[in-house]
Amino acid sequence: MALLIKNARVVNAGGEEKDLQDILLEGGRIARMAPSIEANGAEVIDAAGKKVLPGFIDLHVHLREPGREDKETIESGSRAAVKGGFTSIFCMPNTTPAIDTAQTVQYILDQARKVGLVNVFPVGAITKNRAGVEITEMMDLRRAGCLGVSDDGRGLMNAGLMRRALEYAKMADLLVMQHCEDDNLSAKGVMNEGALSTLLGLKGDPVIAETVIIARDIELARYLHTRVHFMHVSAARSVDLIRRAKAEGIQVSCEATPHHFTLTEEEVRSFDTSTKVNPPLRGREDVLAIKAGLKDGTIDCIATDHAPHTHEDKEVEYDGAPPGLIGLETAFALAFQELVAAGVLTLPQLAGKMSLAPARLMGLANKGELAVGKDADIVILDMEREWQVSKEDTASRSRNSPFIGWNFKGRVSVTICGGKVVYTDARTS
Amino acid sequence: MNVIMDQEQVRRAVIRIAHEILERNKGVKDVCLVGIRTRGAVLAARLREAIRQIEGVDIPAGVLDINLYRDDLAIISKQPVIRETLIDFDVTDQKLVLVDDVLYTGRTIRAALDALADLGRPACIQLAVLVDRGHRELPIRADFVGKNIPTAKDQEVKVVLAESDQGPDSVVVQGGAA
Amino acid sequence: MSEWKHKHLLDLQDTTRGDIELILETARSFKEVSSREIKKVPALRGKTVAMLFAEPSTRTRVSFELAAKRLSADTLTIQAAVSSLAKGETLLDTALNVEAMNVDLVVVRHQASGAPQILANGTKMSVVNAGDGCRSHPTQALLDIFTIHEKLGRTDGVRVAIVGDIMHSRVARSNISGLIKMGASVVVCGPSTLLPVGIEQMGVESTTDITKALKGADVVMALRMQKERQQDSFLPSIAEYVREFCITPERLKLANHKALVMHPGPTNRGIEIAAEVADGPQSVILEQVTNGIAVRMAVLYLLLGRRAE
Repeated sequence: MALLIKNARVVNAGGEEKDLQDILLEGGRIARMAPSIEANGAEVIDAAGKKVLPGFIDLHVHLREPGREDKETIESGSRAAVKGGFTSIFCMPNTTPAIDTAQTVQYILDQARKVGLVNVFPVGAITKNRAGVEITEMMDLRRAGCLGVSDDGRGLMNAGLMRRALEYAKMADLLVMQHCEDDNLSAKGVMNEGALSTLLGLKGDPVIAETVIIARDIELARYLHTRVHFMHVSAARSVDLIRRAKAEGIQVSCEATPHHFTLTEEEVRSFDTSTKVNPPLRGREDVLAIKAGLKDGTIDCIATDHAPHTHEDKEVEYDGAPPGLIGLETAFALAFQELVAAGVLTLPQLAGKMSLAPARLMGLANKGELAVGKDADIVILDMEREWQVSKEDTASRSRNSPFIGWNFKGRVSVTICGGKVVYTDARTS
Repeated sequence: MNVIMDQEQVRRAVIRIAHEILERNKGVKDVCLVGIRTRGAVLAARLREAIRQIEGVDIPAGVLDINLYRDDLAIISKQPVIRETLIDFDVTDQKLVLVDDVLYTGRTIRAALDALADLGRPACIQLAVLVDRGHRELPIRADFVGKNIPTAKDQEVKVVLAESDQGPDSVVVQGGAA
Repeated sequence: MSEWKHKHLLDLQDTTRGDIELILETARSFKEVSSREIKKVPALRGKTVAMLFAEPSTRTRVSFELAAKRLSADTLTIQAAVSSLAKGETLLDTALNVEAMNVDLVVVRHQASGAPQILANGTKMSVVNAGDGCRSHPTQALLDIFTIHEKLGRTDGVRVAIVGDIMHSRVARSNISGLIKMGASVVVCGPSTLLPVGIEQMGVESTTDITKALKGADVVMALRMQKERQQDSFLPSIAEYVREFCITPERLKLANHKALVMHPGPTNRGIEIAAEVADGPQSVILEQVTNGIAVRMAVLYLLLGRRAE
């Protein structure tokens, strides 16, 4: 059935906010965009007073299925995604079993189709069982539907193996997404290494654990003429390295998370385990550098690294808690508050970071922008809606968020995926 | 406000108590003074000096902090600061004269007796106070009293001693419905 | 003197100089109690103190236990090896069970930094940190400061050299926090791999030069050097550590005449400290142990001897 969005103030990446338009969605595509379109039996959504953006695309989500369905399932993760305005999510392969074969990719795609809320793109493992020893059957993974590969949760430590992975992934047309961590340097650190980790007596994870991998992989990509994508960049020095590599024309890209541009290591003083994340929260200057990197284009996109963990897993000593926090439902609010309201990015630029850039990085030509012929993946935002993050109002199965209790202005009102309404804010409907 | 004792009256009371202690104990043999912090300790020091003037002998005097033995630790709002108990003589078989400024409910003296029991086994314990204001809640009485003062329960007896407080010695009764 | 306002003692970072002075003053009275024939006062009669030890420690536990008993509190001990902590029960769950037995105060020792915070946030009991991870060991620092004050008559302007594995030492961190509040100057010294990043920001001087560290020191505090540090590549060998950093009689001469020698115990004689130094006339190591009881009595009294809210 056709869907007609009336009075849409369209926000596309790079552009200006357009005057009011109507958008007709048919057959999963955007059929027409014009100042005034007759309904002709189409279901009508009035977007007056709201902003209409291309649906958000998250390159970095942990859905935990298969293996840890107590933390999240494809279903609960999909619900969290659409509540946050995401219409496409890339799920990381650190499941049990790992996403290292076409069969597991197929399983996830089948489950996601059954849920039918959001486009789920499984990210395959770089190495079998993410063990960092042998590369996966990447041609098969690609054919099954993968667009990228990663051993996320672990960095690929062996430089020789990384070389082979980059070369092979290039043939398979897969983006290698590196979790930038030298685990000899991070050495089981649980927070950013510095004066504060010394004061708190917590084991430090130094910035160099991230930067030596980035520096190494820049050299590999340069030598091999391949692409490489750096996930969840957290440090000022990382942004510097990537900026210079881009200036040299090396094919590098990277993402940053909302928590890394919002929070600093000071949060760890509370010993609240929802602040334990990998890479760790860094210093104020790192937060500023990430914002600057987003502004000048060094950082291509925003990804959540949505990492659900049960209350039981997190309600332990800081050392013993698994790293990660949930981010799908708060990503837009944080990005709007920290970047748009703070004057770092315009709303169209934010649409670039959250939709167009990730679509282009993964080769999704029909996603990431609102134009005739493109996929009907759309998010409608109510910028006046005030709300508070609460444990009760969380779609994810897990509640490990340091943002519980935070107040925001601006929230997803309606999410449309493939021309179908998949989420409506109870308060706006 | 009603001044019950002035500087001179306090001085005379101390000298009289010193004489009474000597009389009761037939001299200074085995007599030791133990003052309860803070004003009892001041009075004990004065009694020791008075006895030295009368007898020409220095008798032992110590200071007792009874806060750890109080029975109201759990109900008083402001926690007392614990200070040292300074008793550098063995109390066993001594005739102890416990000294305090005001005798009221008797609970402080009860705590002091417990504290002394933990320090040894004295031959006897006598009690000297500058003021007895009545309203006992325990079967305790003083052996030597500077002055008996009838008071109402809602009145406050304020003792000022030059060594521990601002100003000249005095005993004042304040407040009350009357 | 300031009034005691804390419900917990987790980290000396949370205390003021006034708080520390009050603890020291109170501890002085308790030291007198401990020297009596009857080493017991009824101040905490009816209170219950639990020792929750998730890490082996005999000395600290016994010291707290004696402190509680000398105040007439009832005590119970839960050791990790024999308790449910080993069975996967969480620390908080164990603590809630302890609380359900109407325990007033819990003394906790845990290998994870910040673990006592979990108990302070999750239960109504007063919590005393008896050592958490590499973070904090406040009563050890307090007894060290008490001992320094007792021996030197002051803490202001006293120069304290802390030598050894600073990185993994909660004793070092707590001493730095406390000593600096008390007007002392602190120099930390050890192999470069064991001087943690940013330690200077705690207000100390940091050096790898033992001569520089000991020169002019009024107090020399040696820390326990664990043999595992060799396996973790912090040290090439224990032998090299001994050659470079062991507090020997010759090295001690660099410090001020009559400088105090301290050690939180248990000592590895011949590794971080020579036996002659540990047993020598400048050593106050055993007095630290004695003072530990008085300081812990003061802490328990101040935390528990107040109006029940």
